[in-house]
Amino acid sequence: MARVVVDVMLKPEILDPQGRAVQGALGRLGLSGVADVRQGKQFVIQVDGDLSGDRLALMHKLAEELLSNPVIENYSLTVEADA
Amino acid sequence: MSARIGVVTFPGTLDDRDAARAVRIAGGEPVELWHGDDDIKGVDAVILPGGFSYGDYLRCGAISRFAPVMNSIIDGAKGGLPVLGICNGFQILVESHLLPGALMRNESRHFICRDQKLRIENADSMWTRDYFTNQEIVVPLKNGEGNYFADPSTLDMLEGEGRVVARYLDVNPNGSARDIAGIRNERGNVVGLMPHPEHAVESLTGPTTEGLPFFTSVLTSLVSA
Repeated sequence: MARVVVDVMLKPEILDPQGRAVQGALGRLGLSGVADVRQGKQFVIQVDGDLSGDRLALMHKLAEELLSNPVIENYSLTVEADA
Repeated sequence: MSARIGVVTFPGTLDDRDAARAVRIAGGEPVELWHGDDDIKGVDAVILPGGFSYGDYLRCGAISRFAPVMNSIIDGAKGGLPVLGICNGFQILVESHLLPGALMRNESRHFICRDQKLRIENADSMWTRDYFTNQEIVVPLKNGEGNYFADPSTLDMLEGEGRVVARYLDVNPNGSARDIAGIRNERGNVVGLMPHPEHAVESLTGPTTEGLPFFTSVLTSLVSA
């Protein structure tokens, strides 16, 4: 069993209106000095067996084509082997 | 025989009935297409209507892009099949990479619903030829994620090649780059539009009937093709 974690974030140059709303709310709730908030997505995927070779390459391809939109987002992918 | 215009229904599509009605009023024959069916029934053109396909899960249009019907539509579009994506349909077209850029959450973070003034910037596409360039129209606009984004070089390319089909006038409702409301592909057969011309085809229910030429344009294009 392998555990794949894919984090998807808007590229730094892209405006994040949701992050800006959260930033405003944090300030209103008393947290001073909030300089910036960026909101992203995390996918946690359990895969049977080892994830390597062609299957790992396909996982990367799908992280780029399905889980993220490369026009506006970057992704990072880590694989943890489960005991 | 009138042209057969396919209208796709995805789970969560809202505006398929209005799009089919607009096709009929324009003089075409609407053909229902189903997202799970890769057969597009030999239609002469396709409309991807508005709504919230797959609940906008993941990103608007991201899952619809991989629906079986889209394989046939993407292949067809690359071969010259006229395709119009309205609102959620526009989002599906950018997710399919048939059109460049992306549609982001509105800058204001509010869902916007208003009668919107537009300028038809380019009457050369298969979906705009019954307008004249610089014609001003008013049609409904309703979206939460209609904020068009592309990098500056892509925007320059779109403007330089006359591929901006429509721009917002008076008010930019969603923060779209360079007031862009709609764009087309290089060939002019694929058009994506955030406002809703299919809601402006009858005086009883629309603010105007100025959306109708989108639907007559494709019929004109097919006859002259």
